[in-house]
Amino acid sequence: MTRAQGRWEHFYHQADIGVRGIGPTLDEAFEQAGLALTAVVTNPALVRPAQPIEIECEAPRASLLLVDFLNQLVYEMAIRRMLFSQFEVHISPPDLGGALSLHALAWGEPVDPARHQPAVEVKGATYCELEVRQNHEGEWVVQCVVDV
Amino acid sequence: MDISRLVQKSEFEWWLEATPPMRVPGILYASEALLREMDDKVLEQIANVAGLPGIVQAAYAMPDAHWGYGFPIGGVAAFREEDGVVSAGGVGFDISCGVRTLHTGLTVADIEPIKENLAQGLFRHVPAGVGSVGKIHLELAELDEMLQGGAAWAVAKGYGRPEDLEYIEEHGRMEGAQSERVSEQAKRRQADEMGTLGSGNHYLEVQQVTEVYDPAVAQVFGVAVGDVLVSIHSGSRGLGHQVATDYSKRMIEAAHKYGLELRDLELACAPIQSEEGQAYLGAMRAAINCALANRQILTHLAREAFAYLLPQADLRLIYDVSHNTAKLETHLIHGKPERLYVHRKGATRALGPGHPALPEAYRAVGQPVLIGGTMGTASYILVGTQEGEARSLSSSCHGAGRALSRHQALKQWHGKEVVRELAQRGIIVRSPSPRGVAEEAPGAYKDVSAVVDAAHAAGLSRKVARLEPLICIKG
Repeated sequence: MTRAQGRWEHFYHQADIGVRGIGPTLDEAFEQAGLALTAVVTNPALVRPAQPIEIECEAPRASLLLVDFLNQLVYEMAIRRMLFSQFEVHISPPDLGGALSLHALAWGEPVDPARHQPAVEVKGATYCELEVRQNHEGEWVVQCVVDV
Repeated sequence: MDISRLVQKSEFEWWLEATPPMRVPGILYASEALLREMDDKVLEQIANVAGLPGIVQAAYAMPDAHWGYGFPIGGVAAFREEDGVVSAGGVGFDISCGVRTLHTGLTVADIEPIKENLAQGLFRHVPAGVGSVGKIHLELAELDEMLQGGAAWAVAKGYGRPEDLEYIEEHGRMEGAQSERVSEQAKRRQADEMGTLGSGNHYLEVQQVTEVYDPAVAQVFGVAVGDVLVSIHSGSRGLGHQVATDYSKRMIEAAHKYGLELRDLELACAPIQSEEGQAYLGAMRAAINCALANRQILTHLAREAFAYLLPQADLRLIYDVSHNTAKLETHLIHGKPERLYVHRKGATRALGPGHPALPEAYRAVGQPVLIGGTMGTASYILVGTQEGEARSLSSSCHGAGRALSRHQALKQWHGKEVVRELAQRGIIVRSPSPRGVAEEAPGAYKDVSAVVDAAHAAGLSRKVARLEPLICIKG
């Protein structure tokens, strides 16, 4: 059986940028959304996954969990002056029943302006165009607009 | 935008009639051409805002309005103090992001021979771009003092002159700030960011006055053709962003408790008189002070860079405006004065002549309204009008507004080419990020002149002078 590939994309918003993660599981879709967030700032391929940081958050439903997760990443990027290029996300409980908690590791390195050419800071993840759903292929699609 | 739903009241005024659940109409000030360029989402968001509790008069869109989250950017909405709401999304992420403009006391002839050196000096001295840190590190106790004191705190610390404060909204210090309502996370985000420009559309520009439209008012502001000015566009940095994040979440969690049925989570708000509403207002005012202090420190850095190369320069603050705020103001509603929380998101307060909040030197003519353009076009100084009070609760536009997304801009331009092209036109651009320059290419923005002309023609504010860039430091 071939396993569907996780992927990320940006979607159009006039002033800001939409980030979308797609994956065979919700965990992977969140991981891809993390990459989409980094791609707002720089090309993720330029970021070495040198050191990990830990992220924990909780929310009553998956869409709110996505905003919290991205906002935690924005916070870590800001105070550590780091960029992240590899993610490992675990959301529980697996059946997504009731309140959700997320535990994640994000690997990255300190910002190097010459090498990363960071275009813009992300100010925060918003509730605009916020969606967590499964598409016709059964893949998880998670998205929202981030303010830049 | 599909304008068939709008009723045209005059060449620059368009109404979206109030149909339930809207409580008031939507009023859009723009030329037909600008309206047609706007996204349909602007109209949808105006209609949503018009349905929020306690809104008075109308939900307004300025000529540079575009699709935001919850409230449109370029949106103005006022809510009654007693039964209205306050919304974190109605203020925006970069709380009190704004523009200040200084006169250098110099003319273009003074600058030309050392332009390259000045550009380099400013670029080295003013921290800009992603991951940059300020020269000042603040511990928590000092951060609290800064959040209470704003630009007045910065001046007391030696960043600037006491007379600067007269030319800043709220005299440089927003009353009612409550630093204890700002999370520790927000404070930590700010510890190394004081006196940093930021990135994206933030900039420090050296500009020349190329045209004066209203000589009498220009004289009061002290500007004439050929004068060299400095404009700084920056905001409350990481602290403001985190306050917006924290309170958007808190407002969503509390909405149910207050029976607020949010049509959309982006409209998250809280009753002004609730615990959450009061907490947000206290934190937001602290973030306003953070932005005022930040622009004050940036001013100090600009003065130092000038003093090193041009000792005869004397950087006098003309004015400082904030774009993303919710402020308690008194306005005449149906002939009766009412205390209102006026949300301006990507909109400038534009007080008319005689207003007591204005510096004495400007009281006879009105408030300077500073409109930032792109690094390749122009910026404008306008002045608040008497009729603006009734038209838009004394509010005007704030800038050009994007025409293309960052992604589209990146496909169309290369940063190095943009820098080269502008250099050929005599504009020196310095930025740590060519990609950032490409995303901010002048062509990615709407025509700022069309926006300003619409604000002028609609009577929201009146044109005073046009400024063109000589040097642009981009984050």
